[in-house]
Amino acid sequence: MSGLIEVFWKELADNFNSKRFIILFLLVYLAGIATIYIAAQNIRSSVDDSTKYIFLNLFIASGNNIPFSFPLFLSIFIPIVGIALGFDAVNSERVSGNLSRLLSQPLYRDDVINGKFLAGIVMIAILIFSIVTLVAGLGLRMIGVPPQAEEVLRLFVFISISILYGAFWMSLAILFSVLFRKTATSALASIAIWLFLFLFMSLIAGLIASTVIPITQNSTVEEVSQFDTLYRMLSRISPSTLYGESVQAILLPELGNTSPTMMMIGMYAGLRPTPLPLSQSLLIIWPQLIGLLALTAICFSISYIKFLREEIRPT
Amino acid sequence: MKNNFVIETQNLTKAYGKFVAVDNLSLQIAAGEVFGLLGPNGAGKTTTILMAIGLSEPTSGLVRVNGYDPAREPIKVKKVVGYMPEKIGFYDDLTARENLEYTGRLNKLGSQEITIKINEVLESVGLQDVPNQLVGKFSHGMKQRLGIADVMIKKPKIAIFDEPTSGIDPEGTDQVLNLIKDMASQNITVLISSHQLHQIQKICTRVGIFSKGRLVASGSVDKLGRETLRKGKFNIILPIAQLTGKLRDEISKIQGIMNIETKENSTVITAEDNISKQLEEAVLSCTGLKVQMRVEEFELEDIYMQYFKEL
Repeated sequence: MSGLIEVFWKELADNFNSKRFIILFLLVYLAGIATIYIAAQNIRSSVDDSTKYIFLNLFIASGNNIPFSFPLFLSIFIPIVGIALGFDAVNSERVSGNLSRLLSQPLYRDDVINGKFLAGIVMIAILIFSIVTLVAGLGLRMIGVPPQAEEVLRLFVFISISILYGAFWMSLAILFSVLFRKTATSALASIAIWLFLFLFMSLIAGLIASTVIPITQNSTVEEVSQFDTLYRMLSRISPSTLYGESVQAILLPELGNTSPTMMMIGMYAGLRPTPLPLSQSLLIIWPQLIGLLALTAICFSISYIKFLREEIRPT
Repeated sequence: MKNNFVIETQNLTKAYGKFVAVDNLSLQIAAGEVFGLLGPNGAGKTTTILMAIGLSEPTSGLVRVNGYDPAREPIKVKKVVGYMPEKIGFYDDLTARENLEYTGRLNKLGSQEITIKINEVLESVGLQDVPNQLVGKFSHGMKQRLGIADVMIKKPKIAIFDEPTSGIDPEGTDQVLNLIKDMASQNITVLISSHQLHQIQKICTRVGIFSKGRLVASGSVDKLGRETLRKGKFNIILPIAQLTGKLRDEISKIQGIMNIETKENSTVITAEDNISKQLEEAVLSCTGLKVQMRVEEFELEDIYMQYFKEL
């Protein structure tokens, strides 16, 4: 146990001292502040008398010209931070010749990988917590509307989901750092996966869905709904979809369903959505959260098993 | 296994698919020995070491280090074993002191103890002037010495060095070897693998020669030399050019002499046993002189070449 703690503190100190993270922190802060500034400028147009959660709206609102909201910004940056934390976790130690020296000390092998993982999660948590608090503070100053208790709770859930999302990307990067000997390879592999899941997965999902259920102007509502279900199912392979859907449900309490088509249908039918209580929102995104958690656990356990059974050669 | 061997292997085998890296190795190293592992690259030295410290699992056979199985009870083994890998690496963006502190903490030393110990080991490896310099700026020789400091800080019972002198200059090599020698004098069992036969000969009490995963010979340099180069016979060098009359008779009475040969200013007597005592007495009684006998010594290099010539 004490080995784990030593590794954890050392890795955390390393993370804080490395230039990589100073740059990343600055970048994330600047971009975060910019997004919230745009949101604050435009919040008046997106809020009317009936809006119940004005403060949460600040996080969702985006500029008229720039469709760039805070959650979207986080869904781009969190993977980068996660990958930056994990891609060289094990193989850089191997390349530098530290690994065999480290593992000849009286600590269990899992202490090394667990300590690194924990230090990374703490790092992600610090980053996300600080940026959300910073943005909330700025927003409070700019719009002058204090958050309600429910909104604060929802923000905490939002932070936790974001940390989980970061943990997934980090565990994927750690997996590659165990599998590949070269840090460049593991970095590239992680970024490739990220680009694929982030950019192309929804394209591919759309392509497959429209081949299976072609949508024309004469399509029935049922067909549209089927298309939508298939499309969502496919794009949920990507963790960024899972993250996007969960964040939406948390930050937009009015959202009764994660599917925009169903929302549209509801709106056509003249239904005005009423905000859901937090417990109901959580219930909606429960599958998404479990999905993210499972993906993280799978990546981490594969790297764990691989690392524990591996022979450590000093080359 | 109930005996005093600190490192012991029985029929130890490690195979990678069809390739057998270590083949049925049985080796015993007693406490306080300085054992040298010799052999060409790929002979299985490093693999043997890795199995001894639990970084690699044997395919079959047994290893016991300090009485424990490194695969089953790695922590108990790693507590007493200090290991310096061939390509030793440190955290380049940490200072020498910080690197050693980390090792100290991983070995559960108290913070005061760590400070004292770090000063002590840095002093003994001659790095006391650069404790706060980043290791990334260290030369290869300095890193190697820091590696020894890293082994010393955990106060090991057994120290294992894999090619500790590879790639460093003669002066650095000397420093490293002296440090290892010092460790041996502190009653630490040392296992050292190297290609540099001359250096090994200087510090090892016993050597083992590896070839293609097998231990082809082991023993002290003297014993190995006699066995391989002189077919187990002793050559005793007598610093007398001519053996005359009485002395000659006296000497030929000694049991076990096989050959007497004159070489330049001395006489070489070949015998089955070490008969230098008897020879000394014979010379003393005949001439009244106390003459120093010299048993022929061997260069490890000659022995080594002998093994690899045959293969």
